[in-house]
Amino acid sequence: MAMPPNRLDELSRAFGPHLNLAPPGGWEANPEPDKLVKTHCCFCGQQCGIQLKVKDNQVIGFEPWEDFPFNQGKLCPKGVKRYLQGNHPDRLKHALMRTEQGFAEVEPEPALDRVVDEIQSIQGRYGKDAFAVLSGVSLTNEKSYLAGKFARLGLQTKNLDYNGRLCMVSAGAGNKKAFGIDRAANSWADIEGAEVIWVTGANVAECAPITTDYIWRARDRGAKLIVCDPRITPLARTADLMLPLKPGSDCALTNGILHLLHKWDLIDWEFVNQHTSGFEETLEAVKDCTPEWTSNLTGLPIAAIEQAARMWGEAKTSFLLHARGIEHQSKGVENVSSCINMVLATGRIGKPNCGYATITGQGNGQGGREHGHKCDQLPGNRDIENPEHRKYICEVWGCTDEELPRKGLTAQEIMNAIHAGEIKGLLCLCFNPLVSLPDTEFTREALSKLEFFVVLDFFLSETAQHADVVLPAALHEEDDGTSTSTEGRVIRIRKAVDPPGDARPDWEILVDIASRLGRGKYFDHFTSPEAIFNELRVASKGGTADYFGITYAKIEQNMGVFWPCPDLDHPGTPRLFEDKVFFTPDKKAHFVPTVWRPPMEVVDAEYPVWLTTGRTVFHYLSGTQTRRIGFLVEQCPHPYLEIHPRLAELHGIAEGDAVEITSRRGALVLPAKVVRTIRPDTVFIPYHWPGALSANRLTARHLDPVSKIPEYKVSAVRIQKTTPDRFSPELAELQRMAFEARTNQPVLPEQVY
Amino acid sequence: MVGDDFGFYIDPQRCIGCRACVGACAECGTHKGRPMIHLDEIDRLVSTQTTPTVCMHCEDPICAQVCPSDAIKRSEDGVVHSSQKPRCIGCQNCELSCPFGVPIVFSGLEQMMKCDLCYDRTSEGHKPMCATVCPSQALLFVPKHQISAMRQNQPLNEFTIGTLKVRTRTALMVPDPGLPLHLDAALLMVGGGF
Ligand code: SF4
Ligand code: SF4
Repeated sequence: MAMPPNRLDELSRAFGPHLNLAPPGGWEANPEPDKLVKTHCCFCGQQCGIQLKVKDNQVIGFEPWEDFPFNQGKLCPKGVKRYLQGNHPDRLKHALMRTEQGFAEVEPEPALDRVVDEIQSIQGRYGKDAFAVLSGVSLTNEKSYLAGKFARLGLQTKNLDYNGRLCMVSAGAGNKKAFGIDRAANSWADIEGAEVIWVTGANVAECAPITTDYIWRARDRGAKLIVCDPRITPLARTADLMLPLKPGSDCALTNGILHLLHKWDLIDWEFVNQHTSGFEETLEAVKDCTPEWTSNLTGLPIAAIEQAARMWGEAKTSFLLHARGIEHQSKGVENVSSCINMVLATGRIGKPNCGYATITGQGNGQGGREHGHKCDQLPGNRDIENPEHRKYICEVWGCTDEELPRKGLTAQEIMNAIHAGEIKGLLCLCFNPLVSLPDTEFTREALSKLEFFVVLDFFLSETAQHADVVLPAALHEEDDGTSTSTEGRVIRIRKAVDPPGDARPDWEILVDIASRLGRGKYFDHFTSPEAIFNELRVASKGGTADYFGITYAKIEQNMGVFWPCPDLDHPGTPRLFEDKVFFTPDKKAHFVPTVWRPPMEVVDAEYPVWLTTGRTVFHYLSGTQTRRIGFLVEQCPHPYLEIHPRLAELHGIAEGDAVEITSRRGALVLPAKVVRTIRPDTVFIPYHWPGALSANRLTARHLDPVSKIPEYKVSAVRIQKTTPDRFSPELAELQRMAFEARTNQPVLPEQVY
Repeated sequence: MVGDDFGFYIDPQRCIGCRACVGACAECGTHKGRPMIHLDEIDRLVSTQTTPTVCMHCEDPICAQVCPSDAIKRSEDGVVHSSQKPRCIGCQNCELSCPFGVPIVFSGLEQMMKCDLCYDRTSEGHKPMCATVCPSQALLFVPKHQISAMRQNQPLNEFTIGTLKVRTRTALMVPDPGLPLHLDAALLMVGGGF
């Protein structure tokens, strides 16, 4: 029974979110640091280099790391203020156990004993697979690899999946179909020399802020920028061509472009004939995708579609970037494939200034999706159902094929199975599904059905409030390891300080649980992150994501190494496919025909408005970390409804008004932000908040059939103006917190709304 | 001394409104937690346009001209500094007179604080903090001779404000007339979006 054990107000008094406003000792202290630790930001896939200032085992500030080649000192506000997540009043320092009276602090040993007893009891009664693991890719490569091995050989369950399922899986599946490998095809250096940059479904300025400068450097050299997005995002404001397409119509646009490229013969036939397959079937799929057809589905003018095709088709060099906008759809994989088709048709890949990439969102979204963290995957991006791949990993791990579980359920499917009573126990680390999965109330019901729920976290996330046992884990800056940036560059995460109290790095906790389960022979040799990395290197050897030639020392000497790096003398691979050899069985790049189909939910008379959700520059994912940092909360305290004045006028809505937004799943009330930068038939809500303010109360559990990513970017809603008394108490509390962050005064003098 | 050959350039056209500059400025040990940069949303109804204001470092600073206690000094390298604490009487003349709205007199501190081009950093050969972190490089600190090769738009450092002519060390990049400005999504759609 996993309902929160305390009243919500008691929970927030004890565990926050509270704000950290100033470095340890306050601003006046201003001490000299003992050391500067070169590491990386934890708050997005770009993994900016940063130096943390450390004094007396506390992170007291940061200093830009200008020598690190990717960002050369640049940071977004999350990076600038990331150091404030340490020394935080909400930090979990002791294990918590649910009691009749609420959470009680307990010693580490009884907490671990309880976890192990419950795992054994549930697995004894319902079978091994009745206990699942949900993990996340803010974890280092070492921890991600370990989570996979821990689930398979420690818990012996097939049901392990990760929050990358909500992030990069559509891109991964599309890339594997086309190229046989799941990585950005280029380092970002190739953006700078491109003649045309096509950005689709990516709010670059807010979700990948450093990439903004790469794009501008290309523009300084004359590059043209095309942006496709239902909103005029900050980067799109000055784009050479802005295409505000209808939510869910992405592959109609890209199919339409391919149709025109073919009609106008802007095809690189030599490349297509020699190095690709499937072009004919793909052309067949787009033969009716005329500009008129495309215009009908996307709502874009024919002239704009034709201009885009000309700009893309006539360029000599180009870079195509996409992100969650096209991937968070029930046809996410097809959207990705249709982008890749545009790239392959023009042959602009595998050479200087010609590139293609998904912009990975989560901190270690790239590395964390390569080494067996997914329900269908083994290290080195191997396939858990492939007999050869299983055989190799069994050899590395020293287990038998029978011992190695087969493919399990994906993240949303795990939650569905919990709701259906098929999965009874859950271990969750680095994942806050109550905020980040779609259909919040469904997730809450599911969590309340668990017989036993254990969470590893450094703050009591909204999900952790439902746990029976919470084990305090370490922050990013409290452990060593590696991660892999959006470019495919493997980099070093360095420990700056020790974790406080009984908190420990997740890998130590997992190794301990495995040992207590009697599975120590597979885990006891993991005495340091580097020991785990060295096994990962071997386990990845020969796979597409080959890390064998990468060592900690090599990363340090070279400011990162791009995988694949198959042996110790190999310099790494910043640009893939230079030899026009792909990682598919026939070594060719594969076109994948994409027949357009509508989203799972479309607008109708009852729910006439499109809803799309996303991020802001001030927050990271479910906000567990960033909603606790004063400066970030001051800039963006709570969610809002972005709405075009034409739609607002229809409903009599003015700036700041209370608006009730309702979908087939649920409803919430938010203040209106009236802006001309969004399509008039579409509204937008950022998703970083829990409870009554969670955008995911509205989104649906519709999944892409291949990648199983939820369709966060397309829902149908209705909107109605309501009265300010309908604003939730949570909203008022966040407004108070914003005031506190601004003034350092905890009490708000008067209501703002 | 800040190298004479280095220029500071502000290009609001690139600004993405992330406020990394504001947050990083507040980290400075000399003004502890208080940012010296103003970051303004122009009109969110109309556009995502935001614009950063840092000190323009006037050649003949008006803030210094109006200071009754001669507390505001401009060093030889063209940097206009915060008021000298022993002299400053906190009268706010500087705040009111600056044509760019830069100086701030903090209550409780009784001193005018302003952007001093991160004198502690720039005098040691580093970039100012804001120009180091700015993800879009809307804030740019580079040798002056590089700017024309780096950017397509032009720097402007002479302003006429009313009858006043102001020349500044820091330059504003004039918007590139070659770039479109997309303001209303409805205008980019068939039938205005409905
Ligand atoms: S969140 Fe991303 S862009 Fe911002 S500082 Fe961190 S790594 Fe860089
Ligand atoms: S850091 Fe740069 S992009 Fe961000 S608000 Fe400041 S000037 Fe604008």
